[in-house]
Amino acid sequence: MMTKENQLQIAESLKAHFGDDILSTETPFDFLTITVKKEKIKDVVQFLYNDESLQFRFLTDICAVHFPDASEKFQVVYHLHNLVNNYRLRLKVNMNGEHPELETLTTIFPGANWMERETFDFYGIHFKGHPNLKRILNVDDMLIHPLRKEFPLEDQVRLDKNDAQFGR
Amino acid sequence: MADIQKNSPSDVLVNPEKEYSILNLGPTHPATHGIFQNVLKMDGEIIVDATPTIGYIHRAFEKLAERRPYNQITPITDRLNYCSSPINNMGWHMTVEKLIKAEIPKRVEYMRVIIMELSRIADHLVCNSVIGVDTGAMTGFLHVFQFREKIYEIFEEICGARLTTNIGRIGGFERDFPAAAWAKLDKFLTEFPVGLREWEKLIMRNRIFMDRTINCGPISAEKALSYSFTGPNLRAAGVDYDVRVATPYSSYQDFDFSIPVGTQGDTYDRFMVREEEMWQSISIIKQALQKMPSGNAYFGDVPDFYLPPKEEVYNNMEALIYHFKIVMGETAIPAGEVYHCVEGGNGELGFYLISDGGRTPYRLHFRRPCFIYYQAYPEMIKGAMLSDAILTMSSMNVIAGELDA
Repeated sequence: MMTKENQLQIAESLKAHFGDDILSTETPFDFLTITVKKEKIKDVVQFLYNDESLQFRFLTDICAVHFPDASEKFQVVYHLHNLVNNYRLRLKVNMNGEHPELETLTTIFPGANWMERETFDFYGIHFKGHPNLKRILNVDDMLIHPLRKEFPLEDQVRLDKNDAQFGR
Repeated sequence: MADIQKNSPSDVLVNPEKEYSILNLGPTHPATHGIFQNVLKMDGEIIVDATPTIGYIHRAFEKLAERRPYNQITPITDRLNYCSSPINNMGWHMTVEKLIKAEIPKRVEYMRVIIMELSRIADHLVCNSVIGVDTGAMTGFLHVFQFREKIYEIFEEICGARLTTNIGRIGGFERDFPAAAWAKLDKFLTEFPVGLREWEKLIMRNRIFMDRTINCGPISAEKALSYSFTGPNLRAAGVDYDVRVATPYSSYQDFDFSIPVGTQGDTYDRFMVREEEMWQSISIIKQALQKMPSGNAYFGDVPDFYLPPKEEVYNNMEALIYHFKIVMGETAIPAGEVYHCVEGGNGELGFYLISDGGRTPYRLHFRRPCFIYYQAYPEMIKGAMLSDAILTMSSMNVIAGELDA
C-alpha cells in the first residue's frame, strides 16, 4: 500500500522533472492528486510510464468534469496505477474554451482510445492525435455534449401540467 | 490439441485492392447474448477487420446520478453488470461510506463478502456455461443454471429481488438476514460443489471443448495491460492483479484465498480462471461463515441513512421526520472526491465520486471494466473465424448494461 512517504516521493520526483508545470499536489482521502498544465499532460504521463522508479504503466480511467462557474470550466481526470508497487495516482488538467483541446494518450495506452472517445462524446473535449475521435455512446448526429451542466435534467415537478385536466 | 493452425492477428492485413464481404454481426443476434453490433470484413470465413458499434442501451446513468440523492443511485448500479448486481450495489455503498467516513461493523462486512462472492459465482456460472452453449454443449448450461437459481433464491430471501437486487443500504443492510437465507446458503454450499464438479467433469477436459477454445481469441499480457484489462480476462493472460488483494475492501484481508492466473489469455484460460475463482469463492464464503462475528449487528453507525423501525415511524414524530428526510434524500453529505473500486464479476469496477455537499453527487463516473476491455475485441478476433469471434465475445464476459451504462 501507498504510504505518505511514497506519495511525497512521487510528487517530488515529478516536481524535480517538470518544475512549474506541476500546478498543485494534494491528497484527498489519501489519494495522491496532482494537477498539471494542460500542455504537459502527455509528457507527464510518458515520464511516469518510462521512469523505472515510478512505473505508472496501467491506465485505470479517464473522465471529465464540468465546472461552469469556475475560471477554468473543464477538468479531465486521469487515474493511473503502478501495478508493481500498487500505487495509485490521479492527474488533473484544467482548461477553458468551448472546444477545449488536449493531447491524446492513445500513443502510450491503446486503451485510452474509447475512454477519450467517451470524454469527447459527453464533454466535447478534443484529443489531438486521436485515431478515431467520434461519438461512442450517443448517436452520431447529436449536436450537444450532454453531460455538460448547461443541460439539466427535466425537473421532477412539472409546471406545464394542469392537474385539473387530469380530473384532480 | 487442435491441429488446425489458427492465424495470428499480424498475419492478417487488409488488402485495399481486394473486395471483401461485409457481414453485420448484430445489433441483435442470438449468439451475441446482448445488443452488440460488429461490422465484420470477411475474407471467406476469415475475419480481417471488425468495427464494433456500442451504445444501443445507453441510459445516461452518469447524468441521472447527478439528479438523484445518494440512496437512489443504488438501483442505477444494479443495471450496470446485471449478472452480478450485488457487487455493484456494495461497491456504491462503500464509495459513499468512504466519503462520509462511516465505520462499518465486521459482521456487516462479512455479510457483504458472502453476498459479493455469491454473485461472483452467479456471474462466472453464466459466463462459463454460455461458453459451453456457444461450443455446442447445451447440457452443461442447463445443469449449472439451476445453481444460479438457488443463488437468486438466497438474494430473494435477503432483499426481495432476484436480478436487479438493490441489496443493502449505505452503512449496512436494511434488515438482518432471515433464518431462511442462512438455511438456503448452507444448502447451497453443500449442493453446489457437487454440481460444479460434475459440470467440470463434463466439459473441462472434453476434447471437443478444448479443441474449440484453446488458442481461440488469445491476448498477451502486455497487450492486455496496455488495453487496461482487469478481472478474469487479465488474469487469464497471466497478470495476478485482483482488487480484492491489491486494495482489500470489506475485510477481504481476513480471508485466505488464491488468485488463479492463466498463461495464454485465450478462451480456455479465461474459462479455467473463472472455474477456479468459483472454487475460491466457495472457500471465501465458508471462511466468512466460520469467522462470522457473533451478535446481530447489521448496520453501522450511520443514522443519516438508517431508516427507523416502522412502528416508530407510525407512532413517533421524530422517527417520522427522519424517515421522510432519508427517503427524500435530504441528508448532509460532506464535500470531497473519492475513488473506490471493487473486484466486479468482470474486472475492476470503479466509482469516481465528486460531491460538492449537495443532496446529489456533483459528478459520478463509473469505471466500467467491460467498456474498457471490449475495445480490444477487433484485435482479438482478427484472423479468426466467425464462430471463434462468437466464442471470444462470450468468454470476455461483455455485459451490455455495463458496456453502455
